[in-house]
Amino acid sequence: MSTPAPTPAAAEAEDPGRLEAPKGKRKLSERARAERKLGWLLCAPAAIVMLLVTAYPIGRAIWLSLQKSDLRFPDQSEFIGLSNYVTVLTSSLWWNDVKNTLILTVVSVAIELVLGMLLALAMHRAIFGRGLIRTSSLIPYGIVTVVAAFAWRLAFADAEGGFMPDVLRSVGLIGEGTDPLAQTSTISTFVVAILAEVWKTTPFMALLLLAGLALVSDELHEAAKVDGASTWQRFWRITIPLMKPAILVALLFRTLDAFRIFDTVFILSNNGSNRSVETVSVLGYNTLLSRLNLGLGSAVSVLIFLSVVIIAAVFVKLLGANLDQQTGKS
Amino acid sequence: MTDRSTDKLFGWFSVNLVVVIAALFPVAWILSLSLKSSDTVTDGRLIPAKWSFENYTGIFTGSGGDVFTKALINSLGIATIATIIAVTLAAMAAYAIARLNFPGKRVILTAALAIAMFPPISVVGPLYDLWRTLGLFDTWQGLIIPYMTFTLPLAIYVLSAFFREIPWELEQAAQVDGATPFQAFRKIIVPLAAPGVFTTAILVFIFAWNDFVFAISLTSTEKAQTVPAAISSFTGASQFSAPTGSIAAAAIVVTIPIVIMVLIFQRRIVAGLTAGAVKG
Repeated sequence: MSTPAPTPAAAEAEDPGRLEAPKGKRKLSERARAERKLGWLLCAPAAIVMLLVTAYPIGRAIWLSLQKSDLRFPDQSEFIGLSNYVTVLTSSLWWNDVKNTLILTVVSVAIELVLGMLLALAMHRAIFGRGLIRTSSLIPYGIVTVVAAFAWRLAFADAEGGFMPDVLRSVGLIGEGTDPLAQTSTISTFVVAILAEVWKTTPFMALLLLAGLALVSDELHEAAKVDGASTWQRFWRITIPLMKPAILVALLFRTLDAFRIFDTVFILSNNGSNRSVETVSVLGYNTLLSRLNLGLGSAVSVLIFLSVVIIAAVFVKLLGANLDQQTGKS
Repeated sequence: MTDRSTDKLFGWFSVNLVVVIAALFPVAWILSLSLKSSDTVTDGRLIPAKWSFENYTGIFTGSGGDVFTKALINSLGIATIATIIAVTLAAMAAYAIARLNFPGKRVILTAALAIAMFPPISVVGPLYDLWRTLGLFDTWQGLIIPYMTFTLPLAIYVLSAFFREIPWELEQAAQVDGATPFQAFRKIIVPLAAPGVFTTAILVFIFAWNDFVFAISLTSTEKAQTVPAAISSFTGASQFSAPTGSIAAAAIVVTIPIVIMVLIFQRRIVAGLTAGAVKG
C-alpha cells in the first residue's frame, strides 16, 4: 500500500537484478538463465488460461460476426463480410441501447464518485464508528448483484407488492395506477436502475478512494491550516490534486464496469422483457442466447469490446499524462 | 468548546446512522418480504402482518422440488473449485513476478490488466457455441473455467502486491541456521504468505458467487445452474402465484454467508481491494 503509482509499471519498478545487469552482456549466467526459465514456467499456466479463455473466444467472435450464422438454421451459414455490422449500426435499437448504457454509466458513476468520496472521507476522518461505517458499507459490496437488483425491483414493482409505489403516490411523484417499473415508465425505471447500481457499487468506489486518501500526508494539511486555508480550500487544493491518480483509477474501473452493466438491468426489466432500459450487454445476450443469432450477436459483442477498449484507452492516456505531469514536477 | 465537540459527535453520529440505514434498508426489506405469508406478501407493508416461514420451507422442500438446494450446492462447489485453481495459478505467477527477474513480466501484467477490463458478454456467445461442441455446456467445468480466468487478473495483482512485502531474506536466514529448504519454506514463508493468499481467495470467491452472465448463458438445468441463475428463473408454486416470497427467501439464504464473511474478514477484504487497486 506504500507504492503511490497506480500503473503496471510500478509492479516491476523494484526489480533488484535489473540495474545490475550490464546491457552489452552477451551470455547470461547459468543462474540468470535458470531464473528466467522458472519465471516463465511459473507464469505459463495463468498466461495460457487467460489467453485461451479470452483471446480465442474474442477471435472466434470476430470470425462469427462476419458470418451469417443462426443456430436455428445451421445449414444456412455463409461468409457475408461486414453486413452484420451494417445491420447493427443502422438499427435504431442498437443506438437506443447505446444511449441507455451511456446514460446509466455517466449518471451512476458521477453519483458514485460524489457519494464514494463522502464515504471515503467519513471512513478516513470519523472520530467514532469508523468500523461500523466500514462494515455496513461492505455489505452492499458483498451482496450478489442479482439479489440486490431483486431487492430494488420488489420494493418498486407495484405488481410484486412493493411499498415504494404507495410512498411515491402519497407525495404525488407518480400518478394513480402507475407502476414505476412498467414498460411505459421509462424514467422511473432508469431512476431505479441507477439507485440499484449506486447502492451496490458506491462502497467499492469509496474503498478505492480511501486508498488514495491514505496517501495524502497530514503535514500538508497542517501547513495549509497554519497558513489560514479553510477546510474547503484544503480539500480542493490539496486532497483532490494529490488524489487525482487514485480518482482516475477508480473512475476507470467503475466506468468500464458500469458500461458492461447486465445483471441489474436484466433483473429490473423482468429478465430483459421491459426494453425501455435495455443496455448493450442485454442486447448482446438477447441476440446471442435468446434468439440464437450468433452472427448478429457476435457483431454486437465485438462492438461492445471495441467500446470498452476505447474507454480504457482514454483513461489510460489521461492517467499517463497525469503521472508524467506529477513526476515532471517533483 | 464542549458545545462544539458535542456538535461534532452528534454530526458523526448522524453520518453513522445514514450509512447504516442506507446500506441495510434494501436487505431489511427483502428480509421482511421473505417472512410474509403468501396471502400478505403483496400488501406493501414494511413489517409483516402475518409472520411465516413458509417461503423458506417452500424453497427447500416445496413443489419446486430441490431446484434451490441443488443450485446452492452448485454455487458452493463451483465457486470453491474455481477459487482454489485461480489462487494456485495466480500464486505461482505472482511469486515469479514479485521475486524473479525475467523478460515478459510486463507483458503478463499488462495482459492481466486488459483481461480485468474485458467485457464478459463478448465471449459468452463463442463459449456457448464451443461448450456445446465440447460437451461442457451445463457442467461445473463449464463455469469453473470462465470464473478462474476472469478472476486471475485480480488474484495476480493482489498476490504480487502482498508477496512484494514479504521479507524473503528470512528464508535464507533460516537455512543458514540449519533449516532444510522445505522447513524454511513451510515454517517461514507459508505463514507470511498465508494472509495474502487468504485475502485473494475471499475476493475470488465473492466474484464467482456473484456472477450472473456466465451462469445464465452456459447452464440450463439444475445440473450446473448456480443460485443467481436459479433465482432469476424462479416460478411461483402454481402458475397463479407470484414467486416474490420464494425469491426473497432465496435471496436471504445466499446473502447470509456473504454477510458473515464480510463481518469476519472485513479488514482483509479492504486490504485486498486497496492493494489491488493502488498497485494495479
